[in-house]
Amino acid sequence: MKKRSPDTRSGARTQQVTLKSGLQSRWQNHLDVAGSSLKKLLAAPFSTVMTVAVIAIALLLPTALFVAMDNLSALSEGFGRFSRITLYLEDNLGERDSSALSEQLLARSDIAAVEYISPAQGAEEFARYSGLGDVLALLDDNPLPGVMLVTPADSVAQSSTLLGELAGLEGVSLAQLDLQWIERLRLLLETAGRASAALMLVFALAVLLVIGNTIRLAIESRRAEIVVVKLVGGTDGYVARPFLYTGLWYGLAGGLLAWLALTLLLWALYTPTRELLALYDSQHELRGLGVAGAAVLLAGSGLLGWLGAFISVRQHLSAIEPS
Amino acid sequence: MIRFDNVSKRYPGGHQALNQVNFELGDGEMAFLTGRSGAGKSTLLKLIMLMERANQGQIVVNGKNIGRLPRQQVPFYRRRIGVVFQDHQLLFDRNVYENVALPLQIEGYPRHEAQRRVRAALDKVGLLGKEKMNPMLLSGGEQQRIGIARAVVNRPQILLADEPTGNLDPELAAETITLFEQFNRIGVSMLIASHDLSLIAQLRHRILTLDNGKLIRDATFHMKPTRPGTH
Repeated sequence: MKKRSPDTRSGARTQQVTLKSGLQSRWQNHLDVAGSSLKKLLAAPFSTVMTVAVIAIALLLPTALFVAMDNLSALSEGFGRFSRITLYLEDNLGERDSSALSEQLLARSDIAAVEYISPAQGAEEFARYSGLGDVLALLDDNPLPGVMLVTPADSVAQSSTLLGELAGLEGVSLAQLDLQWIERLRLLLETAGRASAALMLVFALAVLLVIGNTIRLAIESRRAEIVVVKLVGGTDGYVARPFLYTGLWYGLAGGLLAWLALTLLLWALYTPTRELLALYDSQHELRGLGVAGAAVLLAGSGLLGWLGAFISVRQHLSAIEPS
Repeated sequence: MIRFDNVSKRYPGGHQALNQVNFELGDGEMAFLTGRSGAGKSTLLKLIMLMERANQGQIVVNGKNIGRLPRQQVPFYRRRIGVVFQDHQLLFDRNVYENVALPLQIEGYPRHEAQRRVRAALDKVGLLGKEKMNPMLLSGGEQQRIGIARAVVNRPQILLADEPTGNLDPELAAETITLFEQFNRIGVSMLIASHDLSLIAQLRHRILTLDNGKLIRDATFHMKPTRPGTH
């Protein structure tokens, strides 16, 4: 393979490009091209901003969705701590049997805590919280059963099997999983997570198309230059380089703008959500992408930009040949 | 340096641009390629540049059969050949210096070395004072010379020119040819396509004449005459 090998036969030409200086100038060329393609974008600020805005919107939607899902799942994990199984005991179960049952439950590894509420305590609490204490007082007997509040050691997902086992225990008339809606929320979040992953793909494709089309127009507008460069010995890589850098800049700028918009959005929502969640006794604070998330967003958007340009370059650059 | 063996080129439309062309241009030789418009001059140059591929026959350049050269090697091959175009093929979004520096930049020359060579090439064509100007502001003759400077800046072994005097007045045309002769004198092989017979006839160089894709005449002058009429 003859590649840049100097022609030793002719004295008309001396080879000036050594490997070291070749690598240096290649690196220099990358820097130059990166700089000049950025300058070209900044020279036409209006159209650049339009394109970047479209990319940013396409990136913002899935990213915002991701952040929302992230917050919701963090929130539901917080709720998970409060998921408890309530065991309503048989009416005829005495204090002694109850404490025996309580110890039996505590011995299990899948149960973290057991709290016993006697019928008397139950009546007291009912009177305190419902304000209907007078109604109870009218009755001869305390109608409330003894109650065991069981906190499962494991996550909500395993609670339902535990629930079945506890319901079958002697002395238990009814076992009820509190906050069953959390399990539903979890499933809902999982479904939404899948949907958002699919959406992310769709929007990534949109970004690819936007950048690909923009680069196609850029290639078309620089047709004369491409022809000349190819005529004087520019490789495909050399010709493609400015367009790939342009794609990269578009992607990065789009990612940056999306991050900025998301940060503003979260900032605007911070106080209202905190007040809202406080009503539900939650300490959860709205969280954003974080440093790692922002890095992933930027790297991803840069990569998408480069890829979109690459696809476009592959499609359109080979069609331009000097003739 | 350049050898054509039974080379034919037929374009997809069916037009037979070259038909069984045979010739050899020696190392350091200078020749004119002439013939009417459409005779196949440009096609012949395009085949050497690998802008087109021959349908038949083989073209050997610098000892290599270029018909077998894979596509990705073409750019490296083209760097060994300087070309002067009739329409100059300059880029108007950059100045004279940057136009001439383009081949060196592509080849990856260090900046100071490139600068030295560009200035030398511009000096040679008499445009050293205009390196910062946009080529659009220069005359046709000056644009031509920018194109020549760019063609020789990386010191090619072969220089091709397609109608280099086509748009120039006789005086400028003669100057351009003189410039080419200077390059030829330092060992550059030259093939110049031109239909300007009145100009070519005054010079005692080899003349290849094409007609309808066929090479019909190959008039060779082995020695450059020292005075007119010695041949």
